[in-house]
Amino acid sequence: MLKQLRPALLMTVAFTLLCGLVYPLAITGIAKAVFPFQANGSLIEQNGVVIGSALIGQNFTSDKYFHGRPSATTDTDPNDATKTIAAPYNASNSSGSNLGPLSKALSDRLKDDTDKLHAESSVAIPVDLVTTSASGLDPHITPAAALYQVARVAKARGLPELRLRELVAANVENRLFGLIGEPVVNVLRLNIALDRLASAG
Amino acid sequence: MTINGWLQIALFSAIIIALTRPVGGYMTRVFGGERTLLSPVLRPLEIALYRIAGVDERTEQHWLTYTVAMLLFSAASFLLLFGLMRVQGALPFNPQGMAAVAPDLAANTAISFVTNTNWQNYGGEGTLSYLVQMLGLTVHNFVSAATGIALAVALIRGFSRRSSQTVGNFWVDLTRCTLYVLTPIAVVVALVFVWQGMPQTLGATVDATTLEGVKQSLALGPVASQEVIKILGTNGGGFFNANSAHPFENPTALTNLMQMVMIFLLAAALTNMFGRMVGSERQGWAIFSAMGILFLAGVLVCYGAESGGNPMFAPYGIDQNASATQAGGNMEGKEVRFGIANSALYATVTTDTSTGAVNSMHDSFMPLGGMVPLTNILLGEVIFGGVGSGLYGMLLFVIVAMFVAGLMVGRTPEYVGKKLEAHEVKMTLLALLCLPLVNIVFASIAAAIPAGVASVANNGPHGFSEILYAYSSMAGNNGSAFAGLSGNTLWYNLTGIICMFVGRFFFIVPMMAIAGSLAGKRRLAASLGTFPTTGGLFVGLLIGTILIVGGLTYFPALALGPVVEHLMIGTGTLF
Repeated sequence: MLKQLRPALLMTVAFTLLCGLVYPLAITGIAKAVFPFQANGSLIEQNGVVIGSALIGQNFTSDKYFHGRPSATTDTDPNDATKTIAAPYNASNSSGSNLGPLSKALSDRLKDDTDKLHAESSVAIPVDLVTTSASGLDPHITPAAALYQVARVAKARGLPELRLRELVAANVENRLFGLIGEPVVNVLRLNIALDRLASAG
Repeated sequence: MTINGWLQIALFSAIIIALTRPVGGYMTRVFGGERTLLSPVLRPLEIALYRIAGVDERTEQHWLTYTVAMLLFSAASFLLLFGLMRVQGALPFNPQGMAAVAPDLAANTAISFVTNTNWQNYGGEGTLSYLVQMLGLTVHNFVSAATGIALAVALIRGFSRRSSQTVGNFWVDLTRCTLYVLTPIAVVVALVFVWQGMPQTLGATVDATTLEGVKQSLALGPVASQEVIKILGTNGGGFFNANSAHPFENPTALTNLMQMVMIFLLAAALTNMFGRMVGSERQGWAIFSAMGILFLAGVLVCYGAESGGNPMFAPYGIDQNASATQAGGNMEGKEVRFGIANSALYATVTTDTSTGAVNSMHDSFMPLGGMVPLTNILLGEVIFGGVGSGLYGMLLFVIVAMFVAGLMVGRTPEYVGKKLEAHEVKMTLLALLCLPLVNIVFASIAAAIPAGVASVANNGPHGFSEILYAYSSMAGNNGSAFAGLSGNTLWYNLTGIICMFVGRFFFIVPMMAIAGSLAGKRRLAASLGTFPTTGGLFVGLLIGTILIVGGLTYFPALALGPVVEHLMIGTGTLF
């Protein structure tokens, strides 16, 4: 039985080097050469400043922008390291709300959020606009959720609603091959397009 | 439920059915020691590894030696990973300056990766350096998967060999699995993942200034290289806290589909390899069918429960109906790009196997929707199952089923020509009983003591579901969670270690004893009196056995959690 000890130790070391260094470093090298944009996090720059990642949602709060979904991410409380505070779209600490379907906290949150949203439009609120995503970093909303916000954004920007509807339609990413996934709108890309539209007048 | 949703589920199923045979054939050649397409590149490396480790590839091992080799390898890799986490602060590739991981968390994480559980008490981007992610977690994602497959191969040899004293060589099976099966797929798919948007960098966190002028720190890392093997090896431990729900860890619908396919790929192919090795592919397809039926039943219940939405939302004027512009349904804890169908499908796939990666938060599923992943785990993760562990778990259920059938007709049961006698049946029951011994016992204790209850995030029956899910997941080596539970406490870290250890190794040792004893038997030719194990009757008997064993063991516990919670929907009670 002791004869197995040597291979146990040496195989552990060998696979650690092979699968733990050679493999990931080789992939990193190839990835950076072939797909540098994606490998570095799909970062979007404006005037030389990184304004975010195309894949990571941001916490839009201004009426002038389309908003993403509520986010349940947290951060360490700066005043007490043992506690956490709400920090929506904290891209260094992804997490969902983990509230159960009969949770009182979920019900209270829905009441607050829907009260605010019903002031914007008279139609029923698309469910993704009042539910937190699994990662807390969802970059997308549904086309329905984008259209719901058109009236508010149009008013804040002084733009006709029709042009914003067209903008939303142009930013809908459909299912792959018309089959796989769900139709989505990338909120950051939509808002960048919105800024361009507004500055172009 | 929508037509598009079912079409996506059908597409996924069709891909798995199409890949099972070719991959099964390839794996049969790999474990038969034959040359493959990749031999010119990989064979020199394979020989070098044997030479370094002092392994003679022609020497076969007795089942006991095989098992000891596996245990020693697991022990060595546990110690290395534990050590790496304890000293990560002093090592390179640590741009965020992560400090040493606390001893109880390091031990929990190390055992979790060695046992192919990948329970996430660690926070990914907030706890571990890039070096530990690569040198520790990525490595274990490879070798714990290869270990599981090697063990399954040993058991298959038990069924397929005639009067043999040996079941193969652990070092050869481990090496060939890693080099010829896991690595080639990992290299190709990792690059596809990067193309789709997964980061692959050693650079530090990037600070962005958002459109509204707020600072946002974007955690990055060598994600793609780890992601692919996390999935392919049914490991499931995330690079990030949110696992495959994180847009960097699962950026598009295509990566999501590929992840689900790779979770099932090797486990499904192993059924075909089993068939080939015992001389009839139909034997493999029979097992595949039993797995497939249980899989579809789970998808149906989960997808149905989630797409129905949450009745509690009704008073707030929220639209949960599926339409052309939204997926609708219960979207709490789900990502828009996956919607309902792909979230329910992923949850079923990841718990049918021992993967435990998540693309949505199971804690926020509807009671019956969340009961599907929990039940899948409690049934022993034999619905395709973990790589290797799914097949050897399923074969133990086959032994029980054939034993029951033998009792009914008064004949000594046999399966693929091997007589199943008292020794095999005893060992099977020993293996199957060790799971409820730890998950039910620890869940009961945790539900009764402050240290257990304090970690619960939701009150009422849902809180009990969180505890039950945690212990089931750890004992079943799954690793997914009702993640509201704060698992990183001394109590959960330590009891989790016991669960994961017992769930993996107490299961494996009796299973290997069966492999050894079966290998030594003669193979009987099928006669008129042999119970055919390729038809619908066998499939039905096998499914019945799994459901009855699981139901008798776990129904009372499920009744206290998700069942009660489901019955309380619409009563107006909130917790």
